[in-house]
Amino acid sequence: MYDLPGYRRPPAGTQPNLVHPPYRSTMTRAPALPLVPLPTTLSEITGPLFGHTQVRPKDSDLTVHHAGAPLGERIVVTGRVLDADGRPVPNTLIEVWQANAGGRYRHPVDQREAVPLDPNFTGAGRAATDADGAYRFTTIKPGAYAWRNHHNAWRPAHIHFSLFGPSFLTRIVTQMYFPGDPLLALDPIVMGIPDERGRQSMIARFDLDATVPDVALGYRFDIVLRCRDATPREDGTGWS
Amino acid sequence: MVLIPTASQTVGPFLHIGMNELNTNEIVGDGERIAITGRILDGEGQPVPDAVLEFWQANAHGKYAHPEDQQNKPLETGFTGFARIPTDTGGGFRLSTVKPGPVPARTGGVQAPHILIGVMARGLLARLVTRIYFSDEAANAADPVLALVAAERRATLIARREDGKDRRYVWDIRLRGEGETVFFEC
Ligand SMILES: [Fe+3]
Repeated sequence: MYDLPGYRRPPAGTQPNLVHPPYRSTMTRAPALPLVPLPTTLSEITGPLFGHTQVRPKDSDLTVHHAGAPLGERIVVTGRVLDADGRPVPNTLIEVWQANAGGRYRHPVDQREAVPLDPNFTGAGRAATDADGAYRFTTIKPGAYAWRNHHNAWRPAHIHFSLFGPSFLTRIVTQMYFPGDPLLALDPIVMGIPDERGRQSMIARFDLDATVPDVALGYRFDIVLRCRDATPREDGTGWS
Repeated sequence: MVLIPTASQTVGPFLHIGMNELNTNEIVGDGERIAITGRILDGEGQPVPDAVLEFWQANAHGKYAHPEDQQNKPLETGFTGFARIPTDTGGGFRLSTVKPGPVPARTGGVQAPHILIGVMARGLLARLVTRIYFSDEAANAADPVLALVAAERRATLIARREDGKDRRYVWDIRLRGEGETVFFEC
């Protein structure tokens, strides 16, 4: 028997709607039909595990991969990965990617020549959480960038985060935003999340304790993964 | 303490910068080698060249490489059960793997052999989750998950065995519109 506790669903509205017309690409790429509810089985309760062995210390410092130092405001981004019950999630891989300080990605699709590439910045990093769920990146603050979604569209500055967690159901890709950014309220990708609490879950906070004096401003970004019910549901569905 | 899980966002068009070191289109393991090829198409029938697919499966015995799987079944060294494949310029992918065995269902019995898929792309604000089943499996008829899907949509979850001596299957994803693939909320 594998009558497993399922994973709790996030509160309604705190995750994005798949179809969100202001974000144009959703109208050709997001499913039009409702998702089919799936009870949790052994297939979903398991998932790929990636931990410390995959990551070298240098991978979490995005400023040291070239001959010179990248341009831009140096920052530290640190925090903990927790489950929804507040327990740390140790030994889990975090992958990040971002634009340079001017808002340009080192990627063939980003051809905005008005913004130069920085020869000293790639914009990719990896880290694993420690036993306490903590992680830390050193990087530069990415610039806001223009995109073609609508007239005069700008993405707020952000760092893309990809995490695995302990199962197939904890997998998440999100974006970390910076506090006080006036572009947040104008961004269709952020605003695809109906509930303010969901939008706030992606905004780091400035943390003087995380700053490195004379070197880098500190931001704290805790990431919360779904967690399991204590027991299988009595109605036998295994999910809520 | 109850915290709100962090919200999902799209991987965007530049995912390849940061999501590449885990890329592999091969899952090594004991058992019958199979290949699955296919394409991802959008609601206008256009290929999706900037998606990434993540695959998760059991080994040939139906055992997952994960501590939650407590079944008394063998697990060979080197088997991970995971692959990550970015789609090519034509929206295509090719996975080389071992045919998974049946795994336990939630309340007794087994699930037909299947592979879990996560689909991420620009335009998808959250990952989509679906499954691949195999057209030459009699066990599909009794699979409890396929049974949850409207009969006329089940074919979207079933990879078609191609003729020939190699075990090759074809499975396409249609994100939206006619023949839309079944995606799960889980
Ligand atoms: Fe971006």
